[in-house]
Amino acid sequence: MTTVEVAGVGLHPFGRFPGTSVSDMGVVAVSAALAEAGIGRGGFQAAYCGTAYGGVASGHRVLGKLGMTGMPIVDVEAGCASGAAALMLASSAIRAGQYDTVLVFGIEKMPKGMIRSSFFEPWQEEAGLAATPAYFALRAQRLMTTSGVTKDDLASVVVKNRRHGVHNPDAMFQTEVDASSVLTSRVVCEPLHLWMLCTPNEGAAAVLLTAGGPAPGRAAGRVRLAAAELRSHLAGPVLSESTPMSGTADDSVPPASTLAATAAYESAGVGPDDLDLVECQDTDAARELISYEELGLCPVGGSADLLRRGDTARGGRLPVNLSGGLLSKGEPLGASALGQVVELVRQLRGQAGDRQHPGARVALAHTVGRGANAGVSILTR
Amino acid sequence: MHYIRAVDGVVSRAAVASGAEGAAVVPVHDGLFDAGPPAHLLGSACDSCGLLSFPRVERCGYCGEVDSRPVNLPATGRLWAWTAVTTAPPGYRGAVPFGFGVVELDAGPRVVGRLTEPDPDRLRAHQPMETVVVTLHTGDDGQVVTTYAFAPTVPA
Ligand SMILES: [Zn+2]
Repeated sequence: MTTVEVAGVGLHPFGRFPGTSVSDMGVVAVSAALAEAGIGRGGFQAAYCGTAYGGVASGHRVLGKLGMTGMPIVDVEAGCASGAAALMLASSAIRAGQYDTVLVFGIEKMPKGMIRSSFFEPWQEEAGLAATPAYFALRAQRLMTTSGVTKDDLASVVVKNRRHGVHNPDAMFQTEVDASSVLTSRVVCEPLHLWMLCTPNEGAAAVLLTAGGPAPGRAAGRVRLAAAELRSHLAGPVLSESTPMSGTADDSVPPASTLAATAAYESAGVGPDDLDLVECQDTDAARELISYEELGLCPVGGSADLLRRGDTARGGRLPVNLSGGLLSKGEPLGASALGQVVELVRQLRGQAGDRQHPGARVALAHTVGRGANAGVSILTR
Repeated sequence: MHYIRAVDGVVSRAAVASGAEGAAVVPVHDGLFDAGPPAHLLGSACDSCGLLSFPRVERCGYCGEVDSRPVNLPATGRLWAWTAVTTAPPGYRGAVPFGFGVVELDAGPRVVGRLTEPDPDRLRAHQPMETVVVTLHTGDDGQVVTTYAFAPTVPA
């Protein structure tokens, strides 16, 4: 079967950029990816653009500004996994032999404050049930009950990721925080304090994929996209990212992230033990620990141990979110999954500067959110 | 936040009868709950897979079959997860903070809803809970809007 390689990556930093339009951020990321791959106008046969708030024909506006239209341009919305969905479609098209070079990008300019979502019905909003952080808090509390995670552990995740973010010039926050500051920040929804939650923001990321074999960007290092899987939720878990109003008492139904991870491990022919580094969804501090368990990085109930051993910190056995994660970078929905891929490609090429993890060969990117949608991609060198 | 336990009877209708002139009491959405007594949620039971749904459905979201029939869900259950909402979420006009959590009803379904206890420290896992009807807010037209919530039956 055709393999898929990454010929170029590009990023517009994540943060708040009042003077820059969402399409101009896309232009920056796409131009960088194309330049790195040495590909210009007419060099790719299709484009997929992930965005949740970008509006109609977001991808067309970006490529229109670059004078690069005519090919199919498909906008993809899958909540926090929008970029992962775009990557899955592009990768599948190459594997199927439909195209040999495809541009994938994600762009976002998130509204400020607690975001109103069309996902909830009007009565749910009126009843106060559209409280997104409250669902994060309930998941956090369940994790504390089932896995022995403490509030100190939640603070440790923030301290770890913010420490990683110091070395990422594209992150929104590049300063360290200490645990006591995290724990004394305002309680948003018990047990989650303000600094345990990531900031919705703005940014763009782009990845140019090619069919396996000699690629124009190969001089910069050859990275293979070994899997790009997307899954939705199964009915049952009451705290699923699909935010149902009810669920069953059956705890054996796998979450969307586990479905995506299982498929990705199978596609790539690797398992959790083969991974050298991971970028995972850390919308809030608990979400990172839940991801450890859902992705099989540790046994169910073992996330606190994995964290406390330092395994997932810089220099550890399996660093998680060396980019600083969403807790440092912020979360531009359409761009966040591809931002992870950009980070991992740079790590695998040995181009991650001060945050480089030496000798990385197999890496996993994970996003999950509203829908539910979960994306898991595996990159190898 | 003002709330009335199910044992106090039909909150909404009583309020209509004795309330301010022209005031009406309406549920936030039709078909979610019945004020009782005892107050309870309106759900569906699927004859194909046996699972219970809330809110009510015509087609079962678990198995996709159309064998769902309306049932009254059990009025009581146990607390499964809880927190408090401290900032008004989008589209919400009531008071904060308010309790928010999941109760596992006696027949098994876990249901998301408001809790009458806004202080997380005063709740504990597996605490016995009952379904109640609470006032959300009073509209500009004087209309009292109610919803379901869960209240501890005994203190933590
Ligand atoms: Zn069914």
